[in-house]
Amino acid sequence: MSKFEALTGNAAVATAMRQINPDVVAAYPITPQTSTVQTFADFVADGLVDTEFVCVESEHSAMSACVGASAAGARVMTATAANGLALMWEILYIAASNRCPIVMSLVNRALSAPINIHCDHSDVMGIRDSGWLILFSENGQEAYDNLIQAVRIAEHPDVLLPVAICQDGFITSHALERVEIYDDADVRAFVGEYKPQWPLLDLEHPKTYGPLDFYDYYYEHKRQQVEAMEHAQRVILEVAEEFNRKFNRNYGLFEPYRLEDAEVAVIVANSTAGTARVVVDRLRDEGLKVGLLKPRVFRPFPAEELADALSHLKAVAVMDRSISFGAMDNAGPLFLELAAALALHGVQVPMADYVYGLGGRDILPHEIEQVYRDALRVAETGRVERRVTYLSVRE
Amino acid sequence: MTELRGWREIPIGGMILEAGNSVEYKTGGWRAFRPVFGEAKCIHCMQCWLFCPDSSILVDPENEKMVGFDLEYCKGCGICASICPVNAKVIRKAGEELARDDPRLCIRMIEEGKFQE
Repeated sequence: MSKFEALTGNAAVATAMRQINPDVVAAYPITPQTSTVQTFADFVADGLVDTEFVCVESEHSAMSACVGASAAGARVMTATAANGLALMWEILYIAASNRCPIVMSLVNRALSAPINIHCDHSDVMGIRDSGWLILFSENGQEAYDNLIQAVRIAEHPDVLLPVAICQDGFITSHALERVEIYDDADVRAFVGEYKPQWPLLDLEHPKTYGPLDFYDYYYEHKRQQVEAMEHAQRVILEVAEEFNRKFNRNYGLFEPYRLEDAEVAVIVANSTAGTARVVVDRLRDEGLKVGLLKPRVFRPFPAEELADALSHLKAVAVMDRSISFGAMDNAGPLFLELAAALALHGVQVPMADYVYGLGGRDILPHEIEQVYRDALRVAETGRVERRVTYLSVRE
Repeated sequence: MTELRGWREIPIGGMILEAGNSVEYKTGGWRAFRPVFGEAKCIHCMQCWLFCPDSSILVDPENEKMVGFDLEYCKGCGICASICPVNAKVIRKAGEELARDDPRLCIRMIEEGKFQE
């Protein structure tokens, strides 16, 4: 039997980790992730899991220990945020390239400087090209559900890539919410036992991980990673389908809300999608045809499916919680990639980008409403007056 | 030259799934300095054999003697010369710096370009 608990996003993630019972967790504390591994360390101390908890001296070491343990054949998890993720950067690539199916809870926080511990998405956007799968979560429930699914996705023989599960720092990680926690046995049955194909600890079959790889073979190994990414979308959907059936959920590549008959839509990931949904309902009450699309899977980027889902719209407003400095129009990464996806799939919709919420700046319903009203005006005139708006920044 | 294989035909992640194949990779061509063995001075302590990172110290196991270097694999790192206790005990004048190719040494390091049989 599942039960409902009042949990923070971090506690929900720690609970998922307890139920998954990974072989190794190596982590270093960093706000706003700390309470995840702190809670999990309690589970280790209380003997509720069999996990070897490796306390390290930095995130660079945390991810290095994860890579070593994963190569040895262990099921490995970790958690981090912002500058911790940045310090892992070198090893993130090594984890993906060595095909280590590590699962990480990533609590999104602004990167320094100036130092700031609150939510934005600049941390995860820095690892877009690292070879990790990246999934967003709106709330504690999704962070919990996604983490359980991530184990299966990462370890699938056609994928064997690490997965980062994102949730918003403080807004989700520290807010108490109602979370449905499934039965321990059901979660364990769902994730199953990890059977690594090439464990270093299989002493009968000695092997080498991470050897020197020059111009003669390095490129072929990168091509293999592309192949794994291409399989990942199918695997994510297969795992979601099984999860939805078993736990009565509705996960896919993204979540449309009142989008089918909408004329304009906002695209926004993580917790702000919850606020936007309220705004959609309010505007719908006024008779305005507005909808919402909340991305779940960011890597691999479901370009064709997104283009399909948005092709009937008259205007699209993307909300980005980070800036790709110096990129086209100094827009956000979600906008840039979505604009490319729509253009290449022949979808001609006027698009505008709204950067918001940097460094944890609150995003309020009336601000999202303004985004919708802008988009409705664009739908009417067919003209985008301002390509990128920095929402609620003081002039 | 072995034929290069395509990305579908090789283990993922650059993994090497068989053991002991580093013998196929001859690293002697990396060498800038060549170790030269002064057999008459050697005490056969096997320190060089123990420390050599490339298993390039040739020994005669029956007589328990160091007999030279495997130059197909020796990269010329000089660890053997620096670990050699005979080298360390060469008598020198106060303040005298020994050249790496000093003839008094048991294991000398000689620039490849200057080496003559």
